[in-house]
Amino acid sequence: MSAATIVSLPDQSTARIPKMNFLTKENGLLSWLLTGDHKRIATLYLISISFFFFVGGSLAGLIRLELLTPQTSLMAADTYNKVFTMHGVIMVFLFLVPSVPATIGNFVIPMMVGARDLALPKINLLSWYLYIIAGFMVIYTMAAGGVDTGWTFTSPLSTHYLNTHVISTGLAIFVAGFSSIFTGLNFIVTIHKMRAPGMTWFRLPLFVWSNYAASILMVLGTPVLAITLVLVVLERTVHIGVFDPAYGGDPILFQHLFWFYSHPAVYIMILPGMGVISEVVSTFSRKRVFGYTAVAFSSVAIAVFGFFVWAHHMFIMGISNYAALVFSLLTMLVAVPSAIKIFNWAFTLYKGSITFETPMLYAFGFMGLFTIGGMTGVFLGATGTDIHLTETYFIVAHFHFVMVGGMLMAFLSGIHFWWPKWTGRMYPEKISQLAAIVTFIGFNFTFFPQFILGTLGMPRRYAAYPPEFQALNVFSTAGATILGVGYLLPILYLTWSLRYGAVAGNNPWQATGLEWQTQSPPLTENFPEIPIVDHEAYDYEWLERQQEKEVASVG
Amino acid sequence: MSEQNQPKEHDQEHHIVSPVTYGAILLALLIFTGLTVWASYIDLGAWQIAPGLTLFWNPVVALAIACTKMTLVVLFFMHVKYSRKLTKLTVASGFFVFIVLIGMTMTDYFTRAWGRW
Amino acid sequence: MSDSTSTANGAVVEVHHEHPPYQRHHFESVDQQFDATNFAMWLFLLTEIMFFGGLFTSYLIMRNWYYPAFVEASHQLNIGWGTANTAVLIVSSFTMAMGVWSAEMRKKGMLILFLSLTWLLGMAFLGIKSIEYTEKWEKFHVPGLHWSDSSFLNPASDPEVYSEYHDKPLAPDMAAKTEMYFFLYFAMTGMHALHMIIGISILTFMIIRARQGAYTTGHVTYVENFGLYWHFVDIVWIFLFPLLYLISRY
Repeated sequence: MSAATIVSLPDQSTARIPKMNFLTKENGLLSWLLTGDHKRIATLYLISISFFFFVGGSLAGLIRLELLTPQTSLMAADTYNKVFTMHGVIMVFLFLVPSVPATIGNFVIPMMVGARDLALPKINLLSWYLYIIAGFMVIYTMAAGGVDTGWTFTSPLSTHYLNTHVISTGLAIFVAGFSSIFTGLNFIVTIHKMRAPGMTWFRLPLFVWSNYAASILMVLGTPVLAITLVLVVLERTVHIGVFDPAYGGDPILFQHLFWFYSHPAVYIMILPGMGVISEVVSTFSRKRVFGYTAVAFSSVAIAVFGFFVWAHHMFIMGISNYAALVFSLLTMLVAVPSAIKIFNWAFTLYKGSITFETPMLYAFGFMGLFTIGGMTGVFLGATGTDIHLTETYFIVAHFHFVMVGGMLMAFLSGIHFWWPKWTGRMYPEKISQLAAIVTFIGFNFTFFPQFILGTLGMPRRYAAYPPEFQALNVFSTAGATILGVGYLLPILYLTWSLRYGAVAGNNPWQATGLEWQTQSPPLTENFPEIPIVDHEAYDYEWLERQQEKEVASVG
Repeated sequence: MSEQNQPKEHDQEHHIVSPVTYGAILLALLIFTGLTVWASYIDLGAWQIAPGLTLFWNPVVALAIACTKMTLVVLFFMHVKYSRKLTKLTVASGFFVFIVLIGMTMTDYFTRAWGRW
Repeated sequence: MSDSTSTANGAVVEVHHEHPPYQRHHFESVDQQFDATNFAMWLFLLTEIMFFGGLFTSYLIMRNWYYPAFVEASHQLNIGWGTANTAVLIVSSFTMAMGVWSAEMRKKGMLILFLSLTWLLGMAFLGIKSIEYTEKWEKFHVPGLHWSDSSFLNPASDPEVYSEYHDKPLAPDMAAKTEMYFFLYFAMTGMHALHMIIGISILTFMIIRARQGAYTTGHVTYVENFGLYWHFVDIVWIFLFPLLYLISRY
């Protein structure tokens, strides 16, 4: 860790948080619950998804504890099924899908494009309420006894065999889906229609591009999941339907419709994270993102290809060999835009003035772990190896590398990066760097052994396993403990920093985005007057000139 | 790319379609409705493309007429003919993804049971 | 539109001349507001397309799997009622389009007239639909709730339909699949009817607002966007009608 830093804070003895900002504009609970301000809604989202992250995380802890021993020692097998299902449902639909878009995206996108708010503030608030309703339905499900289908609701398991609360979970996800649709719709409209004068498409920060791509997937993919879940619910209630073979339906049809959404959903989760990484890598290496246009279009390419690859989740489920071949080939295509991003970030680092603040440490974690997660995805996309590896711990490790190693790292990176903007105060740097490193180490301890377990043939979704797998499982559980510490630390020190953090000033990172050119925390209207954009994204020379001008005018 | 500086398209946005056009479209839609009902009462036959692969003309005609009617509604009642490119692109992308959903699902069903379709 | 173009040219002047009361504070101009909400409505319709897309896919696949069952089951639908409903809905689309036109021309009386006509036609559609649903209930054709496949095991027991189609009896396992047809029939038309009910509720609200003179002061966005929704629901029916009623006659 070199001493070099780009952080430039105002003189702490005189610096104050601006009296008038979006947090202090109005007081009282109602001013929050009826707000139209995207920054307040983002704050509401941040609190609610953190809550569900900790619910989901505790369930993950229970799973790892159960797997410490080969026998079912902590809980019965059916309880275990419920625990991993609730873990999946909460983490996927209530944490990962809304994580970056609904919190960070909601907070910064209007500022990045130079607008006063999202295009449809009421719809934005509605989206949060739908999320909360979905959250309550999930909590009701847990309290009422849970559901044990796995987060994939595989038919006929979900429609025929189980007596758990499939209906309430299905409806919860239906509602959560519309929450996500409304967020995505709002972003697309905002990015198209609300850009400040001079803010052309190719001056947009890459975070905006990647959220735009993710929003397309939300708008076009989510309704298919919604109708699929409606059909599952109908099938359970009237006992006739199109999915259950007992009624003449086709379970593979369910798979097609489910994965038509749920594969793009993977990109809904990861694309906004990639956007965060673009911002962070550029800021902390003081260079324009290498190949800006390529990175921008690779986001859109991932979104488009995302609709053509879903059946790679179904290779062993009885789809035709020919379709498997086609979907396998198309799956390989997705590797191309993903690799473009990784290579371009690497080239951005090349000869940059790199500093190692916390967001950058998380970003490095993202790049390494996402690369491993992505590459193992190629193994699974190839029909031959997939048959051996699918439904084993290999696949569990693969998607946790992408989702936890990738997305969660990016989320934490983004939270640290924009924390000063959000609250007006810095987080404590040393301990957060420690947390980033602890997370990285804990993550690798937890999930790397699972790749080995998977190749050895340990199947997923069982409470018990043969004793010869125990050593690696103990490793994994130990790693999960470290990981848990890594996630608890930020909650503690970020809360601490709300009161005791150093005053951040407008632009502690010397970053170029429009959101950094306004006060922190921002005004409710974001900008005193709508900015006029006359420079490219990540133009650090423009920023220097701007600061010289300010010094000159003040002097 | 930027929609901000295009006064020409802006003028088109508030194009007001005359009631005469609406009336003509209504008439066409009703005629097409009559046509599709009439066509359904006639056996239009089938085309044996290959053994086990037959194309029946009745559904094809019915869907073609439905598509025509939809196009009329979208272009005139929904003003897409007079809308900016972005709206046209939005409509097109909707149909594209719809076709992807059906088409890519069908690649599996077609090849899973050769000859039964 | 002058607002956005003048600032784009670099003029820093705050253009805050007379905002109409319906302009929300975070928009720079009325045009931007209109564009944004109109575009948002289109995006919402995209999600609606995909929402019905799942149903259409299921119908397509199941119809091909259980072709004889789907053919005989669809003979139970009354083409007369179906055609009448199609006509009703198309005319309602026309009156809705005329409603948008009246709002644009700022003709309050005409707007109320056309919105009310649309409302009436929408109710007529639902009325006809409920006649059809009642008939399904009486004939034990409601899957899961009130079901019997005797009309397909023994078509002659249903003389009205039999005299027209002379359907052959289906084997018991295929006859059971007619329930799937009616499941999809109710799912698709039910989902469509739900959209109609939502549309009619909004129309009721709009008629009240229109009587207060809401949409004839140049602010047509709401009427225009509702029109898009109404036409979309019409389009869904334009496809449901041939798929469910017509294509199985031959």
